[in-house]
Amino acid sequence: MTKKIYTKKEWMEVLKGLADTYKIFVPVRDGDFHTFKALDETKIPDFDFKNTQLSPKSLVYPQSERMFEYTLDENAPDANIIKESKKDYSPQAIVGIRPCDAHAFQIVKPNFDNPEYQDPWWIQRYESTTFVGLGCNDPGSTCFCTSVGGGPFSEKGLDVLLYDLGDTFLAKALTDKGETFLEKAQGGKEADEKAINAGEGLAAGAADKIEVRVHTDKLKDKVQTELFDAPFWDDVAFACINCGICTYLCPTCWCFDIQDEMVGKQGDRIRNWDSCMFPLFTLHGSGHNPRSKKVQRVRQRFMHKLKYYVDKHNNGVQCSGCGRCVRNCPANIDIRQICELMNVEC
Amino acid sequence: MLEYTEKIRETARKLLEEGKVDVFIGYKKGSVPMMNQPVLISNADQVDFLYWDSNCGLNLCNYLTGRTDRIGIVANGCNSRNIVTHITENQIKRDQLYIVGIPCKGMIDHRAVQRAVKQKEILEIKEQGDIFTVKGKDFEETFNIKDYLQRNCLVCTHRNPVISDEMIAPPVEEQIEVDAYKDVKEIEEMDPDKKWEFFTRAIDKCIRCYACRNACPLCYCPTCFVDESKPQWVGKSNDSIDTMTFHILRAYHCAGRCTDCGACERVCPVGIPIRQFTKKLNKDAQELFSWEAGLTLDQRPLLDVFRPDDYNDFIR
Amino acid sequence: MKNPYLPYPVRIDKIITETEDRNLRTFRFVFLNSKDEEKFSYTPGQFAELSIAGKGESPIGIASSPTEKGHVTFTVNKVGLVTTRLHNMKEGDVMGIRGPLGNWYPWEEMEGKNVVIIGGGFAFTTLRSSIIYMLHPENRPRFKDISVVYGARNPGMLLYKDELAEWEQRDDIHMHITVDGTDDPDWKYNIGFVPTITEQKITSADNAIAIVCGPPIMIKFTQPVLEKVGFPPERIILSLEMRMKCGIGMCGRCNIGDKFVCKDGPVFSLAQLKNMPPEY
Repeated sequence: MTKKIYTKKEWMEVLKGLADTYKIFVPVRDGDFHTFKALDETKIPDFDFKNTQLSPKSLVYPQSERMFEYTLDENAPDANIIKESKKDYSPQAIVGIRPCDAHAFQIVKPNFDNPEYQDPWWIQRYESTTFVGLGCNDPGSTCFCTSVGGGPFSEKGLDVLLYDLGDTFLAKALTDKGETFLEKAQGGKEADEKAINAGEGLAAGAADKIEVRVHTDKLKDKVQTELFDAPFWDDVAFACINCGICTYLCPTCWCFDIQDEMVGKQGDRIRNWDSCMFPLFTLHGSGHNPRSKKVQRVRQRFMHKLKYYVDKHNNGVQCSGCGRCVRNCPANIDIRQICELMNVEC
Repeated sequence: MLEYTEKIRETARKLLEEGKVDVFIGYKKGSVPMMNQPVLISNADQVDFLYWDSNCGLNLCNYLTGRTDRIGIVANGCNSRNIVTHITENQIKRDQLYIVGIPCKGMIDHRAVQRAVKQKEILEIKEQGDIFTVKGKDFEETFNIKDYLQRNCLVCTHRNPVISDEMIAPPVEEQIEVDAYKDVKEIEEMDPDKKWEFFTRAIDKCIRCYACRNACPLCYCPTCFVDESKPQWVGKSNDSIDTMTFHILRAYHCAGRCTDCGACERVCPVGIPIRQFTKKLNKDAQELFSWEAGLTLDQRPLLDVFRPDDYNDFIR
Repeated sequence: MKNPYLPYPVRIDKIITETEDRNLRTFRFVFLNSKDEEKFSYTPGQFAELSIAGKGESPIGIASSPTEKGHVTFTVNKVGLVTTRLHNMKEGDVMGIRGPLGNWYPWEEMEGKNVVIIGGGFAFTTLRSSIIYMLHPENRPRFKDISVVYGARNPGMLLYKDELAEWEQRDDIHMHITVDGTDDPDWKYNIGFVPTITEQKITSADNAIAIVCGPPIMIKFTQPVLEKVGFPPERIILSLEMRMKCGIGMCGRCNIGDKFVCKDGPVFSLAQLKNMPPEY
């Protein structure tokens, strides 16, 4: 696989050059936060960041997505018939995605792409995306990727991995998609052994910087109903305000709602992110709600991530350790602590 | 304000041991810097969880709604005003509460501190009197608390609780010479297009997580208007008109009730200046009706009284 | 790639008002493209999303049997946005059906066994599908005795009245129709709640499987009756309802533990449910 070295200045030019082939998304400083934005003349990529405030999941799975369209105009031959909307799946590349966020797409994949059903929008946009990761030289204190099957230089879900070597980026192709990307990324030079060694050294050092260890080893062996009835849920849930921050910032939360919206006689069927934190999520037409209480909804979120997913997919926990929920929960509900409670409690 | 912690613990222990309350609601030190967690304890041996510093930003009044037990609760100025509002709006009974009053010098704006250290990661914060020190991997900086207060705290004129059963310390000096509505006046100066642009831009990052609503002690409706489905008033996509509808309507539901506790703005994960939606209404309430929310149990809330001297014609 | 969210266009062929309160109507649909009928190949117990442009979708059990060709039927209670709109539609109107979705009653397991069907209220729809299916001459020999306990609040609230009367006349199915109460002096069937009538009429669990569909309260009180007669939890089959959107296990709202009611259900045995969190 190709390994190339680019000076940082050169890299910015390379990205501009790639704009003919890909829609390029890069981290951009926006007020207090970094966010992924489509690269154009007005945007300055900033690769000096811990992570973006919002995860890049929306680039594959937008918060609101038109699924279908229709007309209710009775004069139209196809009145009331629901039809697929035209979509643009031209190639895009997320450059600078952190390994935890790329890993997250792998965690989410079996939900949208399984033997029984394939979600056409998620799959097509996922397949049209090249994931160009940036390893984390300096992981944050709330990061715990190494506890959940990832790492600051994990290659899971990435097509290219970038190593920040100070003045240069070492770019390593990991897949055919990544090879194509580096082929198009004109310039740079073949990486020498020194650079490759430097990259490997960085990666080893970074993993050691993550001191937090969250234990997930016993989750699989727990009995679902026992964990469900564990005594700690009331305490865990007390502070929660049942907002959607954790679920909307989470790169591995995938739940959605489907809504029809009309303008005049033209309508769209739209899917929107939804959250298990909201009572409406499970409210039956009859008025009955299996998760009417806050504690039930809080439990659902953690049970889903740390037990149901584990049991269903045999693919670890539904968490990539990015730490966004830990940093941003207004009530300081900390998944690391809850995971430990669940991992111990019998 | 650190010295309050011990006194809060003592008071809570006494209340729980004497059986004066069933539970005590306060804050616990958070697992990440500048993020304390609301906590409920029901046993005197848990009082060491209780903690107080300038990072107690969520409004505890949220946790009172619908409770039927006897509750001890810590309350600074704005929280106490929300408790008053909760009582007058029949969300909790006065005799259920034992209010431990906290004279408050304001809460630290964690985002402003982050900005001050150029977004470097803060691993620890230490407070001493009127200053605090933040530490990270390769830096340590000390600031005056008063320079890094939440914007609502900067213009707060009710730092001392308006209602309490016991005070944790003598009252602090109130800020008198503040212009609470400077920012509102700036917006009032704008022409309608500019105003629309201001508010449109303010919400363009909104992800409809409803943290502002859920952190707001006034937003206790069993079903919020955005969640109604029969009929559905507001679309659920991130269409800007729907998002604007949510923010404007929510603000109007808070008219004459908002105490400017700042919880909405503090919790917003994308940094929307949400108080700009409610503050204009606070200003109107004050200027037109000499009304500030939650100051007394003796008056009905502004928008559920009729007064013959109302300045509007249509109501007479 | 097959889009699992795209409904088949259908035309409302016939509407029958089933109950005296007019809240339950049966809709018979014909596929606009005849090939879609083959694609919509279902088994009794499954459901589908009824899809109305501009309103949304509603998951409804399939009331017709695969042995009834040329159309597919659903009996719909008027509850929410979609079902209210559907009740206001008329024969000839065009809408969509998406499915079939979910699992089905354990037909292979039921072969060679006595089948006990217990239904209450408007949850009788997939049970109708099952009865029609079993009574089909090709299928009837596969099952032994078929007993049905079906109850509604009063005679006017029973679904499929003509068919019930017809089944009463047959000797290859034992019908036990009941109502909670009635002031009709000519009522010739049972009076009493479904659990009570079940206790009176279903006296043996030998080589039998019970399928139970009804409101939660009925299920709650029928369950101990069946257990008393000797039905082990593996042979008590229930069909659950949940708020659903996608119907294919992706949108995340209808889970009970790690199972999705839309994809892994709606049909579960009581034995399965006992190992799942009681969150439904």
